Amino acid sequence: MRSASSEPAVEVRGLVKRYGTKTAVDGLDLTVAAGGLTAVLGPNGAGKTTTIEMCEGYRRPDAGTVRVLGLDPVADAAALRPRVGVMLQSGGIYAGARADEMLRHMASLHAHPLDVDALAERLGLGSCGRTPYRRLSGGQQQRLSLAMAVVGRPELVFLDEPTAGLDPQARHATWDLVRDLCADGVTVVLTTHHMEEAEALARDVAIVDGGRVVAQGSPEELCRGGAENTLRFNGRPGLDLAGLLKALPAESAAVELTPGSYRVSGEVGPQLLATVTTWCAQHGVMPDRITVERHTLEDVFMELTGKELRK
Amino acid sequence: MTATGTFAPKPGAAPLPRMIRAQAALETRMLLRNGEQLLLTVVIPTLLLTLFSSVDIVDTGKGRSVDFLAPGILALAVMSTAFTGQAIATGFERRYGVLKRLGTSPLPRWALMTAKTCSVLVTEVLQIVLLTAIAFALGWSPHGNPLAVLLLLVLGTAAFSGLGLLMAGTLKAEATLAAANLVFLLLLVGGGVIVPLEKFGAAQEVLRLLPVSALSGGLRDVLRDGAGMPWADLGILAGWAVLGLGAAGRLFRWE
Repeated sequence: MRSASSEPAVEVRGLVKRYGTKTAVDGLDLTVAAGGLTAVLGPNGAGKTTTIEMCEGYRRPDAGTVRVLGLDPVADAAALRPRVGVMLQSGGIYAGARADEMLRHMASLHAHPLDVDALAERLGLGSCGRTPYRRLSGGQQQRLSLAMAVVGRPELVFLDEPTAGLDPQARHATWDLVRDLCADGVTVVLTTHHMEEAEALARDVAIVDGGRVVAQGSPEELCRGGAENTLRFNGRPGLDLAGLLKALPAESAAVELTPGSYRVSGEVGPQLLATVTTWCAQHGVMPDRITVERHTLEDVFMELTGKELRK
Repeated sequence: MTATGTFAPKPGAAPLPRMIRAQAALETRMLLRNGEQLLLTVVIPTLLLTLFSSVDIVDTGKGRSVDFLAPGILALAVMSTAFTGQAIATGFERRYGVLKRLGTSPLPRWALMTAKTCSVLVTEVLQIVLLTAIAFALGWSPHGNPLAVLLLLVLGTAAFSGLGLLMAGTLKAEATLAAANLVFLLLLVGGGVIVPLEKFGAAQEVLRLLPVSALSGGLRDVLRDGAGMPWADLGILAGWAVLGLGAAGRLFRWE
Protein backbone atom coordinates (compact mmCIF):
# COMPACT_ATOMS: atom_id res chain seq x y z
CA MET A 1 0.00 0.00 0.00
CA ARG A 2 1.24 3.48 -0.79
CA SER A 3 1.67 5.73 2.16
CA ALA A 4 -0.32 8.91 2.43
CA SER A 5 2.89 10.89 2.31
CA SER A 6 3.69 9.88 -1.29
CA GLU A 7 2.57 11.86 -4.33
CA PRO A 8 -1.16 12.64 -4.34
CA ALA A 9 -3.35 10.37 -6.47
CA VAL A 10 -5.30 13.35 -7.77
CA GLU A 11 -4.31 17.00 -7.71
CA VAL A 12 -6.70 19.61 -9.09
CA ARG A 13 -5.84 23.33 -9.11
CA GLY A 14 -8.07 26.22 -10.14
CA LEU A 15 -10.29 24.01 -12.26
CA VAL A 16 -12.92 25.79 -14.38
CA LYS A 17 -15.52 24.29 -16.71
CA ARG A 18 -18.29 26.24 -18.40
CA TYR A 19 -21.21 25.00 -20.43
CA GLY A 20 -22.38 27.97 -22.46
CA THR A 21 -23.03 30.72 -19.96
CA LYS A 22 -23.30 28.35 -17.00
CA THR A 23 -20.17 27.77 -14.92
CA ALA A 24 -20.31 24.19 -13.67
CA VAL A 25 -16.90 24.17 -12.00
CA ASP A 26 -15.59 27.48 -10.73
CA GLY A 27 -11.98 27.45 -9.61
CA LEU A 28 -12.03 24.12 -7.82
CA ASP A 29 -9.02 22.86 -5.82
CA LEU A 30 -8.86 19.28 -4.62
CA THR A 31 -6.08 17.01 -3.44
CA VAL A 32 -6.69 13.29 -3.05
CA ALA A 33 -4.00 11.46 -1.10
CA ALA A 34 -2.97 8.04 -2.38
CA GLY A 35 -4.68 5.15 -0.60
CA GLY A 36 -7.98 5.38 1.21
CA LEU A 37 -11.27 6.88 0.18
CA THR A 38 -12.12 10.46 -0.57
CA ALA A 39 -15.78 11.37 -0.80
CA VAL A 40 -16.79 14.33 -2.93
CA LEU A 41 -19.99 15.38 -1.27
CA GLY A 42 -22.44 17.91 -2.59
CA PRO A 43 -25.98 18.53 -3.80
CA ASN A 44 -27.05 17.85 -7.37
CA GLY A 45 -25.58 20.38 -9.75
CA ALA A 46 -22.65 21.20 -7.46
CA GLY A 47 -20.12 20.24 -10.15
CA LYS A 48 -19.14 16.82 -8.79
CA THR A 49 -19.64 14.82 -11.95
CA THR A 50 -18.05 17.46 -14.19
CA THR A 51 -14.98 17.49 -11.94
CA ILE A 52 -14.72 13.70 -11.95
CA GLU A 53 -15.12 13.60 -15.72
CA MET A 54 -12.23 16.02 -16.13
CA CYS A 55 -10.15 13.75 -13.89
CA GLU A 56 -11.10 10.84 -16.14
CA GLY A 57 -9.82 12.77 -19.15
CA TYR A 58 -13.28 12.82 -20.61
CA ARG A 59 -13.67 16.59 -20.60
CA ARG A 60 -11.07 19.27 -21.12
CA PRO A 61 -10.91 22.01 -18.48
CA ASP A 62 -11.46 25.61 -19.60
CA ALA A 63 -8.84 26.64 -17.06
CA GLY A 64 -6.77 25.07 -14.30
CA THR A 65 -4.75 21.89 -14.07
CA VAL A 66 -5.53 18.27 -13.31
CA ARG A 67 -2.92 15.64 -12.46
CA VAL A 68 -4.00 12.05 -11.95
CA LEU A 69 -1.33 9.62 -10.71
CA GLY A 70 1.10 12.35 -11.71
CA LEU A 71 -0.13 12.43 -15.31
CA ASP A 72 -2.30 14.68 -17.47
CA PRO A 73 -5.65 12.89 -18.00
CA VAL A 74 -6.00 14.17 -21.58
CA ALA A 75 -2.42 14.17 -22.89
CA ASP A 76 -1.44 10.94 -21.11
CA ALA A 77 -4.78 9.19 -21.54
CA ALA A 78 -3.29 6.06 -23.09
CA ALA A 79 -0.93 5.50 -20.16
CA LEU A 80 -3.57 6.36 -17.59
CA ARG A 81 -6.62 4.43 -18.82
CA PRO A 82 -5.45 0.95 -17.76
CA ARG A 83 -4.55 2.26 -14.29
CA VAL A 84 -7.86 3.98 -13.56
CA GLY A 85 -11.26 2.32 -13.07
CA VAL A 86 -14.39 4.30 -13.86
CA MET A 87 -18.02 3.86 -12.86
CA LEU A 88 -20.30 6.30 -14.64
CA GLN A 89 -23.37 7.66 -12.92
CA SER A 90 -25.54 5.67 -15.30
CA GLY A 91 -25.41 3.72 -18.53
CA GLY A 92 -22.22 2.87 -20.36
CA ILE A 93 -23.31 -0.66 -21.26
CA TYR A 94 -24.83 -2.14 -24.44
CA ALA A 95 -28.56 -2.59 -23.87
CA GLY A 96 -28.44 -6.10 -25.32
CA ALA A 97 -25.26 -7.29 -23.58
CA ARG A 98 -25.60 -9.92 -20.88
CA ALA A 99 -24.20 -9.09 -17.47
CA ASP A 100 -21.49 -11.78 -17.47
CA GLU A 101 -20.65 -11.08 -21.11
CA MET A 102 -20.03 -7.41 -20.39
CA LEU A 103 -17.95 -8.10 -17.28
CA ARG A 104 -15.90 -10.71 -19.13
CA HIS A 105 -15.41 -8.27 -21.99
CA MET A 106 -14.11 -5.56 -19.68
CA ALA A 107 -11.79 -8.14 -18.08
CA SER A 108 -10.46 -9.09 -21.53
CA LEU A 109 -9.32 -5.50 -22.12
CA HIS A 110 -6.94 -5.77 -19.14
CA ALA A 111 -3.71 -7.68 -18.66
CA HIS A 112 -4.31 -9.04 -15.13
CA PRO A 113 -8.05 -8.94 -14.44
CA LEU A 114 -9.79 -10.25 -11.34
CA ASP A 115 -11.59 -13.58 -11.36
CA VAL A 116 -14.84 -12.62 -13.09
CA ASP A 117 -17.03 -15.32 -11.52
CA ALA A 118 -15.85 -14.59 -7.99
CA LEU A 119 -16.36 -10.86 -8.48
CA ALA A 120 -19.87 -11.37 -9.88
CA GLU A 121 -20.73 -13.68 -7.00
CA ARG A 122 -19.39 -11.19 -4.50
CA LEU A 123 -21.63 -8.45 -5.89
CA GLY A 124 -24.69 -10.65 -6.09
CA LEU A 125 -24.62 -10.81 -9.88
CA GLY A 126 -24.15 -14.56 -10.07
CA SER A 127 -27.82 -15.33 -10.66
CA CYS A 128 -28.41 -12.71 -13.38
CA GLY A 129 -25.33 -13.40 -15.53
CA ARG A 130 -27.43 -14.36 -18.56
CA THR A 131 -29.78 -11.41 -18.28
CA PRO A 132 -29.42 -8.59 -20.84
CA TYR A 133 -28.44 -5.24 -19.33
CA ARG A 134 -31.74 -3.55 -20.21
CA ARG A 135 -33.66 -6.15 -18.19
CA LEU A 136 -31.49 -5.95 -15.05
CA SER A 137 -32.94 -4.09 -12.08
CA GLY A 138 -31.52 -0.65 -11.36
CA GLY A 139 -29.50 -2.07 -8.48
CA GLN A 140 -28.07 -4.87 -10.60
CA GLN A 141 -27.11 -2.37 -13.29
CA GLN A 142 -25.27 -0.28 -10.70
CA ARG A 143 -23.41 -3.29 -9.32
CA LEU A 144 -22.43 -4.48 -12.79
CA SER A 145 -21.08 -1.03 -13.52
CA LEU A 146 -19.10 -1.13 -10.25
CA ALA A 147 -17.73 -4.59 -11.08
CA MET A 148 -16.61 -3.30 -14.50
CA ALA A 149 -14.78 -0.41 -12.81
CA VAL A 150 -12.68 -2.69 -10.59
CA VAL A 151 -12.22 -5.85 -12.70
CA GLY A 152 -9.01 -4.55 -14.31
CA ARG A 153 -7.27 -4.18 -10.92
CA PRO A 154 -6.80 -0.41 -11.12
CA GLU A 155 -4.73 1.74 -8.76
CA LEU A 156 -7.40 4.40 -8.63
CA VAL A 157 -11.16 4.19 -9.12
CA PHE A 158 -13.68 6.97 -9.69
CA LEU A 159 -17.17 6.00 -8.57
CA ASP A 160 -19.87 8.47 -9.53
CA GLU A 161 -22.75 7.96 -7.10
CA PRO A 162 -22.22 4.21 -6.81
CA THR A 163 -25.14 3.54 -4.47
CA ALA A 164 -27.78 5.82 -6.02
CA GLY A 165 -31.01 3.84 -6.15
CA LEU A 166 -29.71 0.80 -4.26
CA ASP A 167 -31.69 -0.91 -1.51
CA PRO A 168 -29.97 -1.00 1.91
CA GLN A 169 -28.68 -4.55 1.45
CA ALA A 170 -27.10 -3.83 -1.92
CA ARG A 171 -25.72 -0.57 -0.57
CA HIS A 172 -23.94 -2.41 2.23
CA ALA A 173 -22.55 -4.98 -0.22
CA THR A 174 -21.16 -2.07 -2.23
CA TRP A 175 -19.73 -0.41 0.87
CA ASP A 176 -18.03 -3.67 1.90
CA LEU A 177 -16.44 -3.98 -1.52
CA VAL A 178 -15.28 -0.37 -1.43
CA ARG A 179 -13.73 -0.92 2.02
CA ASP A 180 -11.89 -4.00 0.73
CA LEU A 181 -10.59 -2.01 -2.22
CA CYS A 182 -9.17 0.56 0.17
CA ALA A 183 -7.74 -2.14 2.44
CA ASP A 184 -5.90 -3.61 -0.54
CA GLY A 185 -4.34 -0.26 -1.40
CA VAL A 186 -6.68 1.05 -4.09
CA THR A 187 -7.38 4.78 -3.97
CA VAL A 188 -11.11 5.44 -4.25
CA VAL A 189 -12.72 8.75 -5.20
CA LEU A 190 -16.48 8.61 -4.75
CA THR A 191 -19.11 11.24 -5.37
CA THR A 192 -22.25 11.12 -3.33
CA HIS A 193 -25.05 13.24 -2.05
CA HIS A 194 -25.69 10.75 0.75
CA MET A 195 -24.35 12.05 4.01
CA GLU A 196 -24.21 8.67 5.68
CA GLU A 197 -22.21 7.22 2.80
CA ALA A 198 -19.49 9.81 3.28
CA GLU A 199 -19.52 9.27 7.05
CA ALA A 200 -19.43 5.48 6.73
CA LEU A 201 -16.62 5.22 4.20
CA ALA A 202 -14.52 8.31 3.84
CA ARG A 203 -11.18 9.04 5.36
CA ASP A 204 -11.42 12.37 3.68
CA VAL A 205 -14.46 14.40 2.65
CA ALA A 206 -14.51 17.30 0.21
CA ILE A 207 -17.71 19.32 0.35
CA VAL A 208 -18.49 20.83 -3.04
CA ASP A 209 -20.98 23.58 -3.69
CA GLY A 210 -21.35 25.99 -6.58
CA GLY A 211 -18.41 24.44 -8.42
CA ARG A 212 -15.91 24.85 -5.57
CA VAL A 213 -14.64 22.82 -2.64
CA VAL A 214 -15.99 24.74 0.36
CA ALA A 215 -14.40 22.47 2.99
CA GLN A 216 -12.18 19.41 3.09
CA GLY A 217 -11.01 17.15 5.89
CA SER A 218 -11.80 13.95 7.77
CA PRO A 219 -15.42 13.68 8.92
CA GLU A 220 -14.22 14.31 12.50
CA GLU A 221 -12.25 17.40 11.52
CA LEU A 222 -15.16 18.80 9.58
CA CYS A 223 -17.55 18.26 12.47
CA ARG A 224 -15.13 19.78 14.94
CA GLY A 225 -14.59 22.73 12.67
CA GLY A 226 -18.27 23.52 12.55
CA ALA A 227 -20.51 24.79 15.34
CA GLU A 228 -19.59 23.79 18.89
CA ASN A 229 -21.16 20.71 20.30
CA THR A 230 -23.45 21.04 23.28
CA LEU A 231 -24.44 19.16 26.40
CA ARG A 232 -27.76 19.88 28.10
CA PHE A 233 -29.07 18.76 31.46
CA ASN A 234 -31.70 19.71 33.99
CA GLY A 235 -31.03 20.15 37.72
CA ARG A 236 -32.17 22.29 40.58
CA PRO A 237 -32.27 26.00 39.69
CA GLY A 238 -29.45 28.38 40.58
CA LEU A 239 -26.41 26.11 40.42
CA ASP A 240 -23.00 27.76 40.86
CA LEU A 241 -21.91 27.68 37.20
CA ALA A 242 -18.75 29.67 37.91
CA GLY A 243 -17.57 26.73 39.99
CA LEU A 244 -18.46 24.30 37.22
CA LEU A 245 -16.60 26.35 34.64
CA LYS A 246 -13.40 26.15 36.73
CA ALA A 247 -13.52 22.37 36.38
CA LEU A 248 -14.11 22.54 32.61
CA PRO A 249 -11.57 23.15 29.80
CA ALA A 250 -10.79 26.80 29.13
CA GLU A 251 -12.88 27.36 25.97
CA SER A 252 -16.08 25.89 27.42
CA ALA A 253 -19.17 27.87 28.33
CA ALA A 254 -22.08 27.11 30.65
CA VAL A 255 -25.39 28.94 30.97
CA GLU A 256 -28.70 28.46 32.75
CA LEU A 257 -31.14 28.89 29.90
CA THR A 258 -34.30 28.79 32.02
CA PRO A 259 -34.40 28.07 35.75
CA GLY A 260 -33.09 24.51 36.18
CA SER A 261 -32.19 23.99 32.50
CA TYR A 262 -28.46 24.16 31.72
CA ARG A 263 -26.36 24.14 28.57
CA VAL A 264 -22.65 23.45 28.41
CA SER A 265 -20.92 24.08 25.11
CA GLY A 266 -17.40 23.43 23.89
CA GLU A 267 -15.53 20.33 22.91
CA VAL A 268 -18.00 17.87 24.28
CA GLY A 269 -16.29 14.52 24.71
CA PRO A 270 -16.30 11.71 27.28
CA GLN A 271 -13.95 13.69 29.52
CA LEU A 272 -16.19 16.73 29.62
CA LEU A 273 -19.24 14.58 30.30
CA ALA A 274 -17.41 12.88 33.19
CA THR A 275 -16.33 16.27 34.56
CA VAL A 276 -19.90 17.58 34.54
CA THR A 277 -21.40 14.48 36.19
CA THR A 278 -18.59 14.37 38.78
CA TRP A 279 -19.17 18.04 39.59
CA CYS A 280 -22.90 17.35 39.93
CA ALA A 281 -22.21 14.40 42.27
CA GLN A 282 -19.93 16.57 44.43
CA HIS A 283 -22.69 19.16 44.73
CA GLY A 284 -25.50 16.73 45.39
CA VAL A 285 -27.21 17.47 42.08
CA MET A 286 -29.04 14.79 40.16
CA PRO A 287 -28.53 15.80 36.49
CA ASP A 288 -31.75 14.98 34.73
CA ARG A 289 -32.31 14.41 30.98
CA ILE A 290 -28.68 14.67 29.98
CA THR A 291 -28.34 14.99 26.21
CA VAL A 292 -25.25 15.42 24.09
CA GLU A 293 -25.78 16.99 20.69
CA ARG A 294 -23.03 16.00 18.33
CA HIS A 295 -22.79 18.04 15.17
CA THR A 296 -23.06 15.85 12.13
CA LEU A 297 -21.60 16.32 8.70
CA GLU A 298 -25.05 17.41 7.70
CA ASP A 299 -25.01 20.32 10.18
CA VAL A 300 -21.63 21.33 8.84
CA PHE A 301 -22.90 21.07 5.31
CA MET A 302 -25.95 23.17 6.10
CA GLU A 303 -23.79 25.85 7.69
CA LEU A 304 -21.45 25.95 4.72
CA THR A 305 -23.94 25.85 1.89
CA GLY A 306 -27.36 26.56 3.33
CA LYS A 307 -28.62 23.61 1.30
CA GLU A 308 -30.09 20.31 2.27
CA LEU A 309 -28.70 16.98 1.22
CA ARG A 310 -30.68 13.87 0.63
CA LYS A 311 -30.61 11.45 3.54
CA MET B 1 -13.33 -13.18 -2.94
CA THR B 2 -12.69 -11.95 0.58
CA ALA B 3 -9.02 -12.73 1.09
CA THR B 4 -6.93 -9.63 1.60
CA GLY B 5 -4.92 -8.68 -1.41
CA THR B 6 -7.60 -9.73 -3.91
CA PHE B 7 -7.94 -6.18 -5.18
CA ALA B 8 -4.26 -5.29 -4.86
CA PRO B 9 -3.59 -3.07 -7.89
CA LYS B 10 -2.06 -4.79 -10.87
CA PRO B 11 -3.09 -2.62 -13.78
CA GLY B 12 -2.28 -3.15 -17.40
CA ALA B 13 -3.88 -3.09 -20.82
CA ALA B 14 -4.35 -6.34 -22.71
CA PRO B 15 -2.36 -6.65 -25.96
CA LEU B 16 -3.97 -4.56 -28.73
CA PRO B 17 -4.87 -7.45 -31.06
CA ARG B 18 -6.66 -9.19 -28.19
CA MET B 19 -8.60 -6.04 -27.31
CA ILE B 20 -9.65 -5.43 -30.92
CA ARG B 21 -10.67 -9.06 -31.38
CA ALA B 22 -12.71 -9.04 -28.17
CA GLN B 23 -14.41 -5.75 -29.09
CA ALA B 24 -15.19 -6.89 -32.65
CA ALA B 25 -16.61 -10.17 -31.37
CA LEU B 26 -18.81 -8.34 -28.85
CA GLU B 27 -20.09 -5.87 -31.45
CA THR B 28 -20.87 -8.70 -33.88
CA ARG B 29 -22.78 -10.62 -31.21
CA MET B 30 -24.76 -7.48 -30.32
CA LEU B 31 -25.69 -7.06 -33.98
CA LEU B 32 -26.65 -10.67 -34.60
CA ARG B 33 -28.71 -10.75 -31.41
CA ASN B 34 -30.72 -7.66 -32.34
CA GLY B 35 -34.00 -8.50 -34.08
CA GLU B 36 -34.43 -5.17 -35.88
CA GLN B 37 -30.87 -5.33 -37.16
CA LEU B 38 -31.42 -8.84 -38.51
CA LEU B 39 -34.58 -7.66 -40.24
CA LEU B 40 -32.56 -5.04 -42.10
CA THR B 41 -29.45 -7.05 -42.83
CA VAL B 42 -30.84 -10.53 -43.47
CA VAL B 43 -34.60 -10.76 -43.78
CA ILE B 44 -35.26 -7.84 -46.14
CA PRO B 45 -32.44 -8.62 -48.63
CA THR B 46 -33.37 -12.33 -48.62
CA LEU B 47 -37.07 -11.63 -49.17
CA LEU B 48 -36.44 -9.11 -51.95
CA LEU B 49 -34.04 -11.43 -53.75
CA THR B 50 -36.34 -14.43 -53.52
CA LEU B 51 -39.57 -12.59 -54.27
CA PHE B 52 -38.47 -10.48 -57.24
CA SER B 53 -36.44 -13.32 -58.77
CA SER B 54 -39.37 -15.72 -58.74
CA VAL B 55 -42.27 -13.36 -59.44
CA ASP B 56 -42.07 -10.98 -62.39
CA ILE B 57 -43.20 -7.77 -60.64
CA VAL B 58 -40.48 -5.36 -61.68
CA ASP B 59 -39.31 -5.17 -65.28
CA THR B 60 -35.58 -5.82 -64.92
CA GLY B 61 -34.82 -5.63 -68.61
CA LYS B 62 -33.65 -8.41 -70.83
CA GLY B 63 -32.10 -11.54 -69.33
CA ARG B 64 -33.02 -13.38 -66.17
CA SER B 65 -34.16 -11.28 -63.29
CA VAL B 66 -31.86 -13.00 -60.76
CA ASP B 67 -28.82 -11.87 -62.77
CA PHE B 68 -30.08 -8.29 -62.44
CA LEU B 69 -31.18 -8.61 -58.82
CA ALA B 70 -28.31 -10.51 -57.16
CA PRO B 71 -25.73 -7.69 -57.61
CA GLY B 72 -28.27 -5.11 -56.45
CA ILE B 73 -29.14 -7.13 -53.36
CA LEU B 74 -25.45 -7.54 -52.52
CA ALA B 75 -25.14 -3.73 -52.66
CA LEU B 76 -28.22 -3.49 -50.44
CA ALA B 77 -26.66 -5.92 -47.95
CA VAL B 78 -23.51 -3.78 -47.72
CA MET B 79 -25.62 -0.65 -47.23
CA SER B 80 -27.83 -2.29 -44.56
CA THR B 81 -24.85 -3.28 -42.43
CA ALA B 82 -22.25 -0.58 -43.01
CA PHE B 83 -24.70 2.33 -43.15
CA THR B 84 -28.11 1.66 -41.59
CA GLY B 85 -27.15 -0.91 -38.99
CA GLN B 86 -23.94 0.77 -37.96
CA ALA B 87 -25.56 4.21 -37.76
CA ILE B 88 -28.40 3.00 -35.55
CA ALA B 89 -26.22 0.85 -33.28
CA THR B 90 -23.55 3.53 -32.86
CA GLY B 91 -26.17 6.24 -32.32
CA PHE B 92 -27.64 4.34 -29.41
CA GLU B 93 -24.20 3.42 -28.04
CA ARG B 94 -23.45 7.12 -27.98
CA ARG B 95 -26.79 7.93 -26.37
CA TYR B 96 -26.42 5.28 -23.64
CA GLY B 97 -22.86 6.27 -22.77
CA VAL B 98 -21.30 3.08 -24.14
CA LEU B 99 -18.83 5.07 -26.24
CA LYS B 100 -18.07 7.26 -23.23
CA ARG B 101 -17.48 4.25 -20.97
CA LEU B 102 -15.30 2.48 -23.54
CA GLY B 103 -13.39 5.75 -23.91
CA THR B 104 -12.15 5.35 -20.33
CA SER B 105 -11.20 1.68 -20.83
CA PRO B 106 -7.76 0.64 -22.08
CA LEU B 107 -9.18 0.32 -25.61
CA PRO B 108 -8.00 3.33 -27.70
CA ARG B 109 -10.61 5.10 -29.81
CA TRP B 110 -8.97 4.14 -33.08
CA ALA B 111 -9.01 0.51 -31.92
CA LEU B 112 -12.72 0.79 -31.14
CA MET B 113 -13.37 2.07 -34.67
CA THR B 114 -11.17 -0.71 -36.09
CA ALA B 115 -13.21 -3.25 -34.15
CA LYS B 116 -16.44 -1.74 -35.47
CA THR B 117 -15.12 -2.07 -39.02
CA CYS B 118 -14.11 -5.69 -38.40
CA SER B 119 -17.58 -6.39 -37.05
CA VAL B 120 -19.17 -4.84 -40.15
CA LEU B 121 -16.91 -6.90 -42.43
CA VAL B 122 -17.67 -10.15 -40.60
CA THR B 123 -21.41 -9.45 -40.86
CA GLU B 124 -21.07 -8.67 -44.57
CA VAL B 125 -19.24 -11.94 -45.20
CA LEU B 126 -22.09 -13.82 -43.50
CA GLN B 127 -24.67 -11.88 -45.56
CA ILE B 128 -22.82 -12.43 -48.83
CA VAL B 129 -22.45 -16.17 -48.19
CA LEU B 130 -26.17 -16.49 -47.46
CA LEU B 131 -27.37 -14.30 -50.35
CA THR B 132 -24.97 -15.86 -52.84
CA ALA B 133 -26.20 -19.34 -51.89
CA ILE B 134 -29.82 -18.24 -52.36
CA ALA B 135 -29.01 -16.58 -55.70
CA PHE B 136 -27.28 -19.74 -56.94
CA ALA B 137 -30.33 -21.76 -55.92
CA LEU B 138 -32.41 -19.35 -58.02
CA GLY B 139 -30.19 -20.00 -61.04
CA TRP B 140 -27.74 -17.10 -60.83
CA SER B 141 -24.70 -17.35 -63.11
CA PRO B 142 -22.17 -14.60 -62.25
CA HIS B 143 -19.21 -13.58 -64.40
CA GLY B 144 -16.35 -11.20 -64.06
CA ASN B 145 -13.23 -10.44 -62.09
CA PRO B 146 -13.46 -11.32 -58.37
CA LEU B 147 -10.88 -8.63 -57.57
CA ALA B 148 -13.15 -5.95 -59.06
CA VAL B 149 -16.02 -7.29 -56.94
CA LEU B 150 -13.89 -7.22 -53.80
CA LEU B 151 -12.72 -3.66 -54.51
CA LEU B 152 -16.29 -2.48 -55.00
CA LEU B 153 -17.43 -4.13 -51.76
CA VAL B 154 -14.54 -2.66 -49.76
CA LEU B 155 -14.93 0.87 -51.12
CA GLY B 156 -18.71 0.61 -50.73
CA THR B 157 -18.25 -0.41 -47.10
CA ALA B 158 -15.90 2.52 -46.50
CA ALA B 159 -18.34 4.97 -48.12
CA PHE B 160 -21.37 3.70 -46.18
CA SER B 161 -19.46 3.45 -42.89
CA GLY B 162 -18.35 7.06 -43.17
CA LEU B 163 -21.90 8.25 -43.82
CA GLY B 164 -23.36 6.02 -41.09
CA LEU B 165 -20.86 7.19 -38.48
CA LEU B 166 -21.33 10.81 -39.53
CA MET B 167 -25.05 10.45 -38.86
CA ALA B 168 -24.57 8.53 -35.60
CA GLY B 169 -21.99 10.97 -34.28
CA THR B 170 -23.90 14.17 -34.97
CA LEU B 171 -27.65 13.46 -34.68
CA LYS B 172 -29.71 12.31 -31.71
CA ALA B 173 -30.17 8.55 -31.48
CA GLU B 174 -33.89 8.75 -32.33
CA ALA B 175 -33.20 11.03 -35.30
CA THR B 176 -30.52 8.63 -36.51
CA LEU B 177 -32.94 5.72 -36.18
CA ALA B 178 -35.57 7.49 -38.27
CA ALA B 179 -33.22 9.01 -40.83
CA ALA B 180 -31.16 5.85 -41.34
CA ASN B 181 -34.30 3.82 -42.05
CA LEU B 182 -35.71 6.48 -44.37
CA VAL B 183 -32.47 6.73 -46.33
CA PHE B 184 -32.35 2.93 -46.53
CA LEU B 185 -35.85 2.88 -48.03
CA LEU B 186 -35.20 5.73 -50.48
CA LEU B 187 -31.91 4.26 -51.69
CA LEU B 188 -33.51 0.83 -51.96
CA VAL B 189 -36.00 2.26 -54.44
CA GLY B 190 -33.91 4.92 -56.16
CA GLY B 191 -30.46 3.35 -56.09
CA GLY B 192 -30.70 0.74 -58.82
CA VAL B 193 -31.06 -2.07 -56.30
CA ILE B 194 -34.30 -3.68 -57.54
CA VAL B 195 -35.54 -1.04 -59.98
CA PRO B 196 -33.32 -0.27 -63.00
CA LEU B 197 -32.14 3.36 -62.97
CA GLU B 198 -33.35 3.74 -66.59
CA LYS B 199 -36.91 3.87 -65.22
CA PHE B 200 -36.21 7.25 -63.63
CA GLY B 201 -35.77 9.20 -66.87
CA ALA B 202 -33.65 12.31 -66.64
CA ALA B 203 -33.17 11.89 -62.87
CA GLN B 204 -31.03 8.81 -63.46
CA GLU B 205 -27.94 10.94 -64.18
CA VAL B 206 -28.09 12.33 -60.65
CA LEU B 207 -29.16 9.04 -59.04
CA ARG B 208 -26.16 7.39 -60.66
CA LEU B 209 -23.90 9.41 -58.30
CA LEU B 210 -25.45 7.90 -55.16
CA PRO B 211 -23.15 5.44 -53.37
CA VAL B 212 -25.66 2.61 -53.57
CA SER B 213 -26.15 3.21 -57.32
CA ALA B 214 -22.40 3.16 -57.90
CA LEU B 215 -22.08 -0.04 -55.88
CA SER B 216 -25.06 -1.85 -57.45
CA GLY B 217 -24.21 -0.57 -60.94
CA GLY B 218 -20.55 -1.54 -60.63
CA LEU B 219 -21.37 -4.99 -59.26
CA ARG B 220 -23.93 -5.51 -62.04
CA ASP B 221 -21.50 -4.47 -64.79
CA VAL B 222 -18.96 -6.98 -63.49
CA LEU B 223 -21.11 -9.87 -62.32
CA ARG B 224 -23.81 -9.80 -65.02
CA ASP B 225 -21.98 -8.34 -68.01
CA GLY B 226 -18.43 -9.47 -67.22
CA ALA B 227 -17.07 -5.92 -67.54
CA GLY B 228 -13.48 -5.05 -66.53
CA MET B 229 -12.57 -2.67 -63.69
CA PRO B 230 -15.57 -0.32 -63.18
CA TRP B 231 -13.38 2.72 -62.62
CA ALA B 232 -16.17 5.30 -62.71
CA ASP B 233 -18.17 3.53 -59.99
CA LEU B 234 -15.04 2.91 -57.91
CA GLY B 235 -14.26 6.62 -58.25
CA ILE B 236 -17.73 7.64 -57.02
CA LEU B 237 -17.46 5.27 -54.03
CA ALA B 238 -13.97 6.53 -53.20
CA GLY B 239 -15.30 10.10 -53.30
CA TRP B 240 -18.13 9.27 -50.88
CA ALA B 241 -15.69 7.41 -48.64
CA VAL B 242 -13.33 10.39 -48.43
CA LEU B 243 -16.20 12.81 -47.82
CA GLY B 244 -18.04 10.63 -45.29
CA LEU B 245 -15.06 9.41 -43.29
CA GLY B 246 -13.48 12.86 -43.37
CA ALA B 247 -16.63 14.58 -42.10
CA ALA B 248 -17.22 11.85 -39.49
CA GLY B 249 -13.64 12.21 -38.27
CA ARG B 250 -14.08 15.95 -37.80
CA LEU B 251 -17.66 16.13 -36.54
CA PHE B 252 -18.21 12.91 -34.59
CA ARG B 253 -19.18 13.65 -30.98
CA TRP B 254 -18.61 10.86 -28.51
CA GLU B 255 -21.39 11.88 -26.15
